[in-house]
Amino acid sequence: MKVTFPHMGYMYVSLKGMLEYLGIDVVVPPPCSKRTLNLGVKHSPEFACLPLKLNIGNFIEARELGADTIMMAGGCGPCRFGYYAYVENEILKDLKIDYNLVVMEPPEKHIGELLGRIRKITGNRPWLQVIKALRFGFLKAKAVDEIENLSYQIRPRELVKGTTDRALEKSIDLVNEAATPTALTRALAQAKEVMAAVPADRGRPALKVALIGEIYTLLEPYSNVNIERHLGYLGVEVERAMMLSQWINDHLFMGVVRNLPSSDRFKKVASPYLNHFVGGHGEETVGSAVWYAQQGFAGAIQVLPFTCMPEIVAQSILPKVSENTGMPIMTLIMDEHSGEAGLITRLEAFIDLLQRKHEQKEALTS
Amino acid sequence: MPIRVGIPRALLYYYYFPLWQDFLQRLGAEVVVSDLTTKGILTRGVEHCVDEACLPIKLAFGHVKNLVDKKVDAIFLPRMVSVAQGEYICPKFLGFPDMVKQNVPGLPTVIDTAINVRKKQQDIHRFTREVGVHFNKGAVKSWLAYQRSLPIHIRYTKLLEQGHLPDEAVAVLAGKKPKALAETDLKVAVIGHPYNIYDPFISMNLISRLRKSGVKVITADNLTEQMVSQGVKRLPKKLFWTLSRRMTGGALTLHDTNAVDGIIHVAAFACGPDSMTGELIERFIRRDRKVPFMNINLDEHTGEAGVVTRLEAFLDMVRWRRQAV
Repeated sequence: MKVTFPHMGYMYVSLKGMLEYLGIDVVVPPPCSKRTLNLGVKHSPEFACLPLKLNIGNFIEARELGADTIMMAGGCGPCRFGYYAYVENEILKDLKIDYNLVVMEPPEKHIGELLGRIRKITGNRPWLQVIKALRFGFLKAKAVDEIENLSYQIRPRELVKGTTDRALEKSIDLVNEAATPTALTRALAQAKEVMAAVPADRGRPALKVALIGEIYTLLEPYSNVNIERHLGYLGVEVERAMMLSQWINDHLFMGVVRNLPSSDRFKKVASPYLNHFVGGHGEETVGSAVWYAQQGFAGAIQVLPFTCMPEIVAQSILPKVSENTGMPIMTLIMDEHSGEAGLITRLEAFIDLLQRKHEQKEALTS
Repeated sequence: MPIRVGIPRALLYYYYFPLWQDFLQRLGAEVVVSDLTTKGILTRGVEHCVDEACLPIKLAFGHVKNLVDKKVDAIFLPRMVSVAQGEYICPKFLGFPDMVKQNVPGLPTVIDTAINVRKKQQDIHRFTREVGVHFNKGAVKSWLAYQRSLPIHIRYTKLLEQGHLPDEAVAVLAGKKPKALAETDLKVAVIGHPYNIYDPFISMNLISRLRKSGVKVITADNLTEQMVSQGVKRLPKKLFWTLSRRMTGGALTLHDTNAVDGIIHVAAFACGPDSMTGELIERFIRRDRKVPFMNINLDEHTGEAGVVTRLEAFLDMVRWRRQAV
């Protein structure tokens, strides 16, 4: 059995770590590329959201590397993601690509259903080991998030453009290669040193901009045309509303890990604008805009895939949030036609606006 | 003076209008329905709604605006979370009242109480109680009003199952005699969300055009729940969108039982569930190569002439095919 899974940013580090800890063969699909997207677009429904198209591309490319089992998450709606796995399976079937599909659905009747599905992947390995592997995967996700957060602070202040990106890549590789929890601790310390070695003017003030919106387009750099990097190059410090470890803790571990920021902080402040769950992360997106405005951020950028239902609800409410809080919010919609140059132009214009607003405020208060 | 309550002629109007109208009247309201869809109403909707929303939501914005212009005292926009256990409608229905409140200026009171029977059926009591408050009615009175309205809903659903279209069924409920339909030689299923296929403007008179061409039209709403669940049985996982489940189940049952000569799937631009279930329906049907299938995508720019041509070609093809067999 060779297990594969769709890409979502650096999620592969965590999943690969978890599965290999159990001694399961893993095929990580090649990183999302133009080819991945083209394959996906060719075979997916036209109006499906971008993640589905990239998933299909990932699975086709993973098959070329010999994968035979797909491990995916499920859901019970109303976001389309809950039905992704089955639509994707039908598409692959028509392409004569037969995969063994294992979907981690939230149990309908009792927890045994979920455990049974996990068993399909883990075989007869003892549960204790499975739990240890889950914990290991989570620790990896946390390590990756820590490194990514460091890069957000360093990139706008780096002295030579591109050094942070190289250091980030190296650090992620270090974490990726760690095979045991002790090795991981060592790798993380080493990775932090790599990041700290990036020559940068650490005291330089930088505008703070929050990235909010749909989880896939936030996490997968290919789908958001490297927005974090481009913002960093423009001298902006980014904060991403959604981190992988935080999502795992909120949704899979039911928040058992303390001292980790949770999306509840967003939900609490969303209510004057949207006081009902709308599927996906729509409510969190509205809440996060309010929350970041309260934290004094200069601006926020909402990222979503074209036709994403929950985010469209959020998108139509965000102008009101912006009006009431005074924090500019820009919405960027990602699809297979998103080009890097167009994105950079829009980001530059937005950042110029934030900069000018910031200068005005400074002039008034000084 | 009774409170004038507006109901937009959009979204789930086509399923629940008789029930809502009767319920609100029993609470002492005067019910006002927005006008039939026109180009103007759609344009007003497009103006107030985000560009990325789907066609039905934009249209619903237009109908809400129409009600605002009619100077109603309140607009009835229940938050349709779930109308069946373990299912949802769609994220945009969940957020619709908030989208309206943040974007339409000059709104009167919005009655946006949630209908959510996803977990338990009894939740409907909370709905009736909270709606009653707007009319100074107590919990018991509201509950009674709702209970007394339910038989109308049941009769309405029966009429739909007998093959009537929503506006015909409403007319029958009002005591009019159903019109006799012309001779037909073909049976074609029109599969789509009720607010797309039953709105003559949005669907460009699809159903009446088919009828005029000698076609008996069957929609997923003409099927019983049993037939629908028969159709969705083959899916590996329960479909969690109520409307899409009905469409998918209906299309697949009609296909499996050879009950129709052709199937037309009507999807709205940017509709999330349609993009998934439309794909599933199409793949399942095309694999068997048994029943002709056509997919029509609707948006605010759709040209009527193009659809008419496609429809004619499709019907010709269905008829030739039948002669050949």
